[in-house]
Amino acid sequence: MNLGQAKTFDEFMEGIWRQNPVFVMALGMCPTLAVTVSAINALSMGVATTFVLICSCLLVSLLRRVIPKEVRIATYIVIIATFVTVTDYAIQAISLTLYDALGAFIQLIVVNCVILGRAEAHASKVSPLTAVINAAGMGAGFTIGLLALGTVREIFGNGTLFGISLFGANFQPWVIMVLPPGGFFVLGGWLLLFAWWAKRRDKAALPADKAAEGHQHA
Amino acid sequence: MHESAAQIFISALLANNFVLAMFLGLCPFLGVSARLDTAFPMGVATTFVMLVASLCAFGLNLLLSSLHLEFLRLISYIVIIASAVQLVEMVLKKRSPTLFRALGIFLPLITTNCAVLGVALFQTAREYDFLQSLAFSLGGGAGFTLALVLMASVRERLQLSDVPGIAQGTAMTLVLAGILSLGFMGFAGIGS
Repeated sequence: MNLGQAKTFDEFMEGIWRQNPVFVMALGMCPTLAVTVSAINALSMGVATTFVLICSCLLVSLLRRVIPKEVRIATYIVIIATFVTVTDYAIQAISLTLYDALGAFIQLIVVNCVILGRAEAHASKVSPLTAVINAAGMGAGFTIGLLALGTVREIFGNGTLFGISLFGANFQPWVIMVLPPGGFFVLGGWLLLFAWWAKRRDKAALPADKAAEGHQHA
Repeated sequence: MHESAAQIFISALLANNFVLAMFLGLCPFLGVSARLDTAFPMGVATTFVMLVASLCAFGLNLLLSSLHLEFLRLISYIVIIASAVQLVEMVLKKRSPTLFRALGIFLPLITTNCAVLGVALFQTAREYDFLQSLAFSLGGGAGFTLALVLMASVRERLQLSDVPGIAQGTAMTLVLAGILSLGFMGFAGIGS
């Protein structure tokens, strides 16, 4: 693999792993917790957000020399809102059931901090191609994060995965998982798991006395 | 079904609390809730923006519906909210520079607070009249402030206790939010 390809790959992987919007940066929490009662909702939300993210980042990057610095945030928001309106009508046309399940949260993609954050911190500074690759990575990372929550919550709270029953008729659903507190608990649980894993890895890599270092503040 | 304004207020404040039951406005909820003396002003500022946004959105929706321009709804709402936030920012900067600095980046970020846009969108979707919209935005704002203040109080106490290393930071906050949310489920049924 030559250097150019390696860099492109890095750009893509950044969103999936090192700067995962859900688990590492804790951005875009509202849709993350609100729509992840089932895996299919989570996946649709992830795809919709990724679409808006890629289109907005492309446009912001293309217009980066045109947009005056003073009104850039307002411009970004209008760009994002335009694409969200498109997505909103598209989902309504494709599947009304899905539209009802996601409700106002499709329109609330506008205020997803992941998108504005990417537009401001990344897309406004780089070339369109890099911006799109980075946005695709971020979108994929966001979708993976949503799926991680959606699958866990659907399996425990409903006994199904993508609507397919897993445990048979005798399964007693763990209802709290699909209720609001479940969302907080599952995401908290994932973060604990990652923190534990990172600590173990650090411990293996470092001498024992340096392992207990200060935590990263959120 | 016609809900009274009082019912809507109580429901938005407790049973359908914006933060703990509807997952709106989580970013400031996790970000500004570390200390009580910033949490409360943040709640009040957000409530004010919500009130302004809700009233403007109500008028705007009438206008857009009469012109059959519904597809512009989202874009116009967000512009209104951004202007309201700018207003709050200017007032705060003039009246209380200390508070302005303490809130920092989270003040302009009220624009991207889903609770504010959420108020405007939900009141449109539920076709609330003027009084109902007013009650909804006030209740939602009060509920947001309540959740923020509760969380900040818990987190201030938490600083004195011994939290295991891996649970420090966001993970602990989320588990706490889950417990608070569990408590708020006890209000289910009130106001509906």
